[in-house]
Amino acid sequence: MLTYIVKRVLYAIPILIGVNLITFILFFVVNSPDNMARMQLGMKRVTPEAIQLWKHDHGYDKPLLYNGEAAGLDKVTDTIFYTKSLTLFAFRFGAADDGRDIGYDIRQRMWPSLAIAVPVFIIGILANITFALFIAFFRATYIDLWGVVLCVILMSISGLFYIIGGQYLVGKLLQLVPISGYQGGVDAFKFVVLPVLIGIIGGIGSGTRWYRTIFLEEMGKDYVRTARAKGLAEPMVLFRHVLKNGMIPILTGAVVVLPLLFMGSLISESFFGIPGLGSYTIDAINSQDFGIVRAMVFLGSVLYIVGLVLTDISYTLVDPRVRLG
Amino acid sequence: MAFKPVILWTDALIYLLVAVIIAFILYARGKEPLRAPWRQVGRSGMAMASLVVLLAYVGIGLLDSIHFQQALQNDTKGAQTHYSSDVTSVLDIVLQPLREHVEKTYSAPFATHLYSKETMEGVDGKTIRDYPRLKYGGAFLHDPERDRWPDIMSTAGVALLQGIGLWSVVAALLAGILALRHRRGMGQIIGDMIGGRMALPWHVILVTVGILMLLGTLGADLGVKYHVFGTDKVGQDVLYQSLKSIRTGLVIGTLTTLVMLPFAVLLGIMAGYFRGWVDDVIQYIYTTLNSIPGVLLIAAAILTLQVFMQTHPEMFDIIAYRADMRLLFLCIILGITSWTGLCRLLRGETLKLSEIDYIQAASAFGVGHFRIIVRHILPNVMHIVLISVVLDFSGLVLAEAVLSYVGVGVDPTMNSWGNMINAARLEMARDPVVWWSLLSAFVLMFVLVLAANLFSDAVRDAFDPRLRKQ
Repeated sequence: MLTYIVKRVLYAIPILIGVNLITFILFFVVNSPDNMARMQLGMKRVTPEAIQLWKHDHGYDKPLLYNGEAAGLDKVTDTIFYTKSLTLFAFRFGAADDGRDIGYDIRQRMWPSLAIAVPVFIIGILANITFALFIAFFRATYIDLWGVVLCVILMSISGLFYIIGGQYLVGKLLQLVPISGYQGGVDAFKFVVLPVLIGIIGGIGSGTRWYRTIFLEEMGKDYVRTARAKGLAEPMVLFRHVLKNGMIPILTGAVVVLPLLFMGSLISESFFGIPGLGSYTIDAINSQDFGIVRAMVFLGSVLYIVGLVLTDISYTLVDPRVRLG
Repeated sequence: MAFKPVILWTDALIYLLVAVIIAFILYARGKEPLRAPWRQVGRSGMAMASLVVLLAYVGIGLLDSIHFQQALQNDTKGAQTHYSSDVTSVLDIVLQPLREHVEKTYSAPFATHLYSKETMEGVDGKTIRDYPRLKYGGAFLHDPERDRWPDIMSTAGVALLQGIGLWSVVAALLAGILALRHRRGMGQIIGDMIGGRMALPWHVILVTVGILMLLGTLGADLGVKYHVFGTDKVGQDVLYQSLKSIRTGLVIGTLTTLVMLPFAVLLGIMAGYFRGWVDDVIQYIYTTLNSIPGVLLIAAAILTLQVFMQTHPEMFDIIAYRADMRLLFLCIILGITSWTGLCRLLRGETLKLSEIDYIQAASAFGVGHFRIIVRHILPNVMHIVLISVVLDFSGLVLAEAVLSYVGVGVDPTMNSWGNMINAARLEMARDPVVWWSLLSAFVLMFVLVLAANLFSDAVRDAFDPRLRKQ
């Protein structure tokens, strides 16, 4: 087990280097820092001095990969690649264009994101599994048929519709909760409940259908027939046998997204004005703050890889046959 | 009037895609193993109804993909004709009345008055503040209060009759053709069609066609007189916008797959067939790409494209070119982020296939790698490719709206459902609410995605050998 984890962590290093290179190429080679400066300062009538000043302030006035003018080790370290890209490995994200520390902002904004993402994740999975088991229990009846049709209809509706419709119905017509905004502490509940609800409803169509396929596949197997043959009641078969054996595919889908909960939901956070990481990223995209986007790309990849390792480890917990070596 | 054809990049790729599909149909016609699963798709009423709806969308999208520049009027004889810098499509010509009926600002569906009050000069010379009449929407009515609904009803009635008439002609023609082909009487054929005893569920198809035709005639007759879906902030007809957005949605849904398909197929099969270091390298590439959150990679790429376009304005002299380049680039970037799933599936399947006897036999006979891949492996993984292509389509259409909202979607000047939603979202706080842009974008998107989902389900059921056994 331990050797396996060490192996996976070592395997993650080349992947992170690859991610780092891709972002470096996208942000610094395809677009020179000069272009970035011109974007930020306004396209026309920018003096070269202003560009130089902007680059100096933000630390972009260095050579990309190799600094011939510097002495000794600085030849490599006093470059954009070293100061902007490699420092990401130490989780030093540097400063945003408005001078704020990105690392500090991420730590602050993580909590509102989690306050929404964690309930959506847990309640969502429970709801999806419940509905899927219900539909699977009534398989090959009209409940099954129309349940699946309803799922397809639900998943054909754009996620934006759920958000806008929910805001309009609950926030504006019924005035049950504020339309948007956020507050820490106990007050957070009334701001969080609507995004959470919408997040769950938005995922229910595809989720239920996915779990239903898993359960139906399990129910065709021999051990289920044996369980029925020995006279077990159908609910018992479903909960004791099918659900347990369906855990592997369920975990595959679920654990990978677990670390990504940090990243927050891009769309709903910005619609509901919640100061989480999702809205942070969108604001950065809109104000073209490359530093933040770069940091979020890197953070996202790290979390994704963590998720993959967690998935493998969780297999051993639910299925004793799985051995990691 | 003179015109100059313009082929945008996405147009060219669409033509290519259509050509590939036609070639495949011609190729598959004589081959029973290829036809059998399609016949199963054909037996499903739900799938055929979805297909009719999809074809209607594709038809509109194709009309919108034939572009040209119209010549400008010039009086001096012999002078060189100049062409308008606006790129128009055949759909624009068809929808000419809708395109030209531009009001001042918002107006509700079927409204005769503007949404906001304006200061006007009254009949007796005094200035009053009231809702002004629309320039086009119901402008011919003398007393809108009294005449509007009767006029709408009678126009709708005429449109319904036209639709039914048109549908009867089509249905009769179809029955006639089928009767000739099967060498049986008209009456018998019609009876079989209603009873659903033919090879294809014609009754479902005809009902769907009929509904679409009714919607078409209703839209055409009412759309000329009123703004059926209202108008947007700058007074453009929302129906026109939503129809123009169809092409954007379809392009994103199909071209993305077209762009990524060669990579996914080639790399996936190579990884599974050659194994060893080739497999390691390819796995490394797709794990790396996969580990970057998709939206962020797209955002990063589109941001860099924006910078590139702003620093090289001379390369994109016509707005349509710029918007088109951005659309194509978006497809490519979406393709890069979405090929990994298919690649992984193909790798797994190829790993399994290359252990099977007939491939072992082929390599024992000394058949080259290239031939084995093309003749033996590729045809046997095609069902995976097809299934994932149709399954991806609806997700991509929905993704477009979200990306446009984030600001990294299609060009803001381009008609798209995402842009419509994005623009209308800001008006939700108004009272009374401006709901029509949002709703029409959502409804058109919903119908397309639902049809695509239902159709892809049928295709998956027919092609997936695991499901076929049951």
